[in-house]
Amino acid sequence: MPMILSLTLNGRPRTDLVSDNLLLVEYLRDVAGLTGTKRGCDGGECGACTVLIDGAPQHACLTLASRCGGRHVETIEGIGSPGRLSRLQRAFHEKLGAQCGFCTPGMIMAAEALLRRNPDPNEAEIREALSGNLCRCTGYVKIIESVQAAAGDAT
Amino acid sequence: MSLLPSFELIRAASLAEVVAARRSHADCRLLAGGTDLIANLRHGLGSPATLVDITGLPGMQEIAIEPAGLRIGAGVALSRLVDDPLIRRQAPVLAEAAAAVAGPTHRASATLGGNLCLDTRCVFYNQSEWWRHSNDFCLKHRGTVCHVAPTGNRCHAAYSGDTAPALLVLGAQAELGGGGGKRWIALDELFREDGAAHLALGADEVLLSVRLPIAAGLTAGYEKARLRRAIDFPLAGVAVSLRRDGDALAELRIALTGTNSRPLLVSGCETLIGHPLDADALQQIGKLVQKQVAPMRTTIAPAHYRRRVAAALASRLAARLFSAPTPA
Ligand SMILES: Cc1cc2nc3c(=O)[nH]c(=O)nc-3n(C[C@H](O)[C@H](O)[C@H](O)COP(=O)(O)OP(=O)(O)OC[C@H]3O[C@@H](n4cnc5c(N)ncnc54)[C@H](O)[C@@H]3O)c2cc1C
Ligand code: SF4
Ligand code: FES
Ligand code: FES
Repeated sequence: MPMILSLTLNGRPRTDLVSDNLLLVEYLRDVAGLTGTKRGCDGGECGACTVLIDGAPQHACLTLASRCGGRHVETIEGIGSPGRLSRLQRAFHEKLGAQCGFCTPGMIMAAEALLRRNPDPNEAEIREALSGNLCRCTGYVKIIESVQAAAGDAT
Repeated sequence: MSLLPSFELIRAASLAEVVAARRSHADCRLLAGGTDLIANLRHGLGSPATLVDITGLPGMQEIAIEPAGLRIGAGVALSRLVDDPLIRRQAPVLAEAAAAVAGPTHRASATLGGNLCLDTRCVFYNQSEWWRHSNDFCLKHRGTVCHVAPTGNRCHAAYSGDTAPALLVLGAQAELGGGGGKRWIALDELFREDGAAHLALGADEVLLSVRLPIAAGLTAGYEKARLRRAIDFPLAGVAVSLRRDGDALAELRIALTGTNSRPLLVSGCETLIGHPLDADALQQIGKLVQKQVAPMRTTIAPAHYRRRVAAALASRLAARLFSAPTPA
């Protein structure tokens, strides 16, 4: 059944007609055209679809778009802008935290939520915060170093 | 093409609305955090015409001390259980078990009620539609044969929720609500040893909250064995609660998950009361567990491993708790 969805997407209010069974990841990619949020598995396994809803990391692939009314959804497109990378994006870029890059948007969103909550996390806290995000390329070490570098940048 | 089957979402604001929705819509499922249900629907495990969002029911989000104990609404998110000061003080084992569920992103939306009512799991069931189709499905959904025990006529899918054993060793009760009103049962009575119908909920009933008696001097802990240190369901999970009186054990409860189609409160622990928890007693615990668990070939780890790891976790955890300082 279609319903009217009004939410804030990356700081901008918008309204769309969506069906009840539309997943947030489909809404973001197919309706809003924001393809930075990735779909890497068939439900909840990989973390590539991680976005922030009211500041908390959530799986866009397990969230119904119709449940996001009135909420603030942030995707990788809302972090930094072309030519002006955020501190996490810069750190992933410089410390080689991204290889194929498929997990990177989810990693950065999960790390962004962590750094907002805890600007100076230790390694165990970084590992815990990213423990739902899988990466097939980096072996994770460079990702953790990237988050550490970003945290260091801020202080 | 949509990733999910088509359905109507109803947001219920009262128990009466849930009951009415379920009466007027035949094929109806309850939706809480959705971290289990949505993943299963994406795998084609059911195509309900209606989902009823129950997270807005009154009291669902409450954590409160009441005369009868600590009451926790079924809609409380697991991430909140991990951090809530009241839970950490009154029932730290619940915070510990909640923290062991999936990953942090799941826990932000996963609820306690959804964790308790989690569907049972099996390597032949938690697969994509085409995978199961090529196997002619199975008894639990759309098929006629159980691939785990083909000569039997029941499903052995494993109950795999992490918080149930923690609540069971604390003597939790469950509040159910439906068309006939509300009732309290022992949490243990919510479950049945049947992988295809493991919940003893009436057709129109919802789990509203759980209540824990405030027990002084009890120490409790939870440990699970899993393939990876994060994200994975328990191959076996064990909660133990005990009270020590001088050198002797004054109270002992052990509950398991991941080994049967229901969470299991181990029986026979009373024989150990009044004695020190020495090597013999620890061996006895291992034996009680090994005898009562019934893991089947429902995970990629072999069943005998899960049986032995359950026993080992139980006796190790009991030993650790027995030698830990008594809580205030
Ligand atoms: C990758 C991955 C890893 C996971 N790892 C774990 C793990 O390690 N341990 C673990 O325990 N779980 C795990 N889970 C499963 C799930 O995330 C959790 O069990 C979670 O707590 C389920 O809660 P929910 O609110 O999301 O439930 P939902 O998906 O909303 O519901 C689950 C089921 O319970 C029913 N239900 C929900 N609330 C109620 C209620 N109040 N009354 C009656 N029925 C109700 C629903 O109808 C549905 O059938 C994992 C899931 C994924 C995707
Ligand atoms: S135990 Fe048997 S019936 Fe149950 S899910 Fe597994 S294969 Fe299917
Ligand atoms: S796409 Fe959401 S967890 Fe994999
Ligand atoms: S960089 Fe390729 S999956 Fe992480």
